[in-house]
Amino acid sequence: MAESKGVMVYAEASQDKLSAITRELMGCARKLADDLGEGLSAVLVGSDVASLAQEAIALGADRIYVIDDRLLKDYQTDAYVAVMGKLAQQVTPRIIILGQTAVGRDLAPRLAFRLETAATLDCVELAIDADSRRLLATRPVYGGNALATFTTESQPQIVTIRAKAFSPAEPDTSRQGEVTTIEAGLRPEDIRTKLLERVTEEVEGIRLEEASVVVSGGRGIGSAQGFKQLEELAKLLKGALGASRPPCDNGWVSEHLQVGITGKIIAPDLYIAVALSGSSQHLSGCSGAKNIVAINKDPEANIFRAASWGIVSDWKRVLPAFSDKVEELVSG
Amino acid sequence: MNMIVCLKQVIDPETPPASFKIDPQSNKIVPPPGIAPVLDPYSEYALEAALRIKDAKGGKITALSLGSDLVREVVKKPLAMGADELVLLEDEAFTEGDSWSTAYALAMAIKKLGDYDLIFCGRQAADWDAGQVGSAIAELLGLPSVTVAQKIDISDGQARVERVTDDGYEVIEVPLPALITVSNELGEVRYPNIRGIMAARKKEPIIWRPADIGVDASELGAAGRRTRLLKLWLPVREGKCQMIEGDSPEEQAVNLALKLREAKLL
Ligand SMILES: Cc1cc2nc3c(=O)[nH]c(=O)nc-3n(C[C@H](O)[C@H](O)[C@H](O)COP(=O)(O)OP(=O)(O)OC[C@H]3O[C@@H](n4cnc5c(N)ncnc54)[C@H](O)[C@@H]3O)c2cc1C
Repeated sequence: MAESKGVMVYAEASQDKLSAITRELMGCARKLADDLGEGLSAVLVGSDVASLAQEAIALGADRIYVIDDRLLKDYQTDAYVAVMGKLAQQVTPRIIILGQTAVGRDLAPRLAFRLETAATLDCVELAIDADSRRLLATRPVYGGNALATFTTESQPQIVTIRAKAFSPAEPDTSRQGEVTTIEAGLRPEDIRTKLLERVTEEVEGIRLEEASVVVSGGRGIGSAQGFKQLEELAKLLKGALGASRPPCDNGWVSEHLQVGITGKIIAPDLYIAVALSGSSQHLSGCSGAKNIVAINKDPEANIFRAASWGIVSDWKRVLPAFSDKVEELVSG
Repeated sequence: MNMIVCLKQVIDPETPPASFKIDPQSNKIVPPPGIAPVLDPYSEYALEAALRIKDAKGGKITALSLGSDLVREVVKKPLAMGADELVLLEDEAFTEGDSWSTAYALAMAIKKLGDYDLIFCGRQAADWDAGQVGSAIAELLGLPSVTVAQKIDISDGQARVERVTDDGYEVIEVPLPALITVSNELGEVRYPNIRGIMAARKKEPIIWRPADIGVDASELGAAGRRTRLLKLWLPVREGKCQMIEGDSPEEQAVNLALKLREAKLL
């Protein structure tokens, strides 16, 4: 088998644009490729995706592989694993990096097992070991209670990266790169599943993942009514509302507002955590925030270990006064 | 409908972070004293998905767990919840594996069980959060898979699966047999009732060792790993939280707002 060389990124796109995670992928992959002194390629899989090649080159790719086929219009495990598997066997990259997204978390492990190698998912740090030139992949384990660094001996080393964990690449439109088109070679019968429908959740206002301020409540808020107050504060701050898991489970807020390991992973400038204890599973979703403010009546609550500012008091008394003062400050 | 559900015994994921310790020498978690292991919550969602199908359409559920020194009250919980059989891959050789060696053993056991329409796994397990065993079993058995499911309906030899995506969900139709991994969006998991608990007490698990599933110990557990754990550590939380004081909660609130203004965050 040919020597494994280079770093390959699986580039994701939505609505004819490369996704935010792709910029983060290119940012970290370019660095790894430079550390190895090897090339960086990006793969565009889909239908009518060729037009995105220049954008991926601007973000740092030396070479783009385009696999364009009507049968690849929507993500389907069988189809995508097949074309990525074939490409990987042909190109023999040393490393393949994907995003920890709905697609990446499905594609990466199955691709790895198809190629008889191993994957490490949801990485927050990637580095090249100078001696072995192997990828060192660090990820949270035990619901975020601990961190672990893994490596694999088999090629290619496949990893996914967590959203917001790596700095995005800055586009440079003067960059040059080559575009190679690859036949998908798929037959309809290769795809055993059928996508019937795609449902997108409706969001009012700013998306949780995109907000620079998030006001988040926990079990201690106690009711849907209580969350209305948090929502007003969020609006005042032009931010979004979030929650820990119990309020979602109890139906006080939509389940789409859950922040954490099984919810949204966010990294706002300001995260205001009200009456939530700061479990590891919750912090997994918000520890990337630049500033955390905690309001909790229990001085021992774990959230204070992650916060920059804290108030130990009943939120019901703190919040109205806080909102009033904020209103005065932002309007003044 | 024959269903197999893979379930894992884990350290209680809701162990308070302060009780969570690791041994850096051996790169292992120190089981928190006084906190009993539990059935992995994601596995419970997988079982609940199978139970709902059984409730609606009938069928048989076989629970499958892997490890050594498995605590009977923990691994028998699926029987108490409504599963029909329990198979344990119980041997030292099965332990300390990664997704690869674990999935390999489970896939070989599923092959031996033979007759199945659906295999369920949790989307990940709450200890290592690796999120790969389900996909790996599907790949090893050559089955179609749908991951991170929140709802499953069966009709005409097909499963109609709602798969959670980044901004909603998609509906996927998959022919049986298939493998499905289940997410917490499925909704509440049932509690065992008294009848179930009594039935579980009487039922003995079937125990298989490596030879029973026709695999060599060198492919299992720690020996069969493809990923190596180099380092395990606890994240450092800086612990430099500045507490905002005041004579009343209202005054604390005002002081906080002023601080945030000063820091240009408002
Ligand atoms: C596999 C798994 C996955 C999970 N995924 C997630 C996830 O993605 N996101 C998530 O959030 N959780 C998740 N959890 C749940 C997590 O372990 C915790 O149970 C949860 O985060 C706790 O939510 P909480 O902090 O709101 O509630 P609690 O831990 O009950 O904390 C409530 C807090 O409110 C404070 N409080 C109460 N009343 C007041 C008051 N009047 N004024 C001020 N403070 C008050 C209390 O002091 C306490 O600190 C997961 C758990 C498991 C097992």
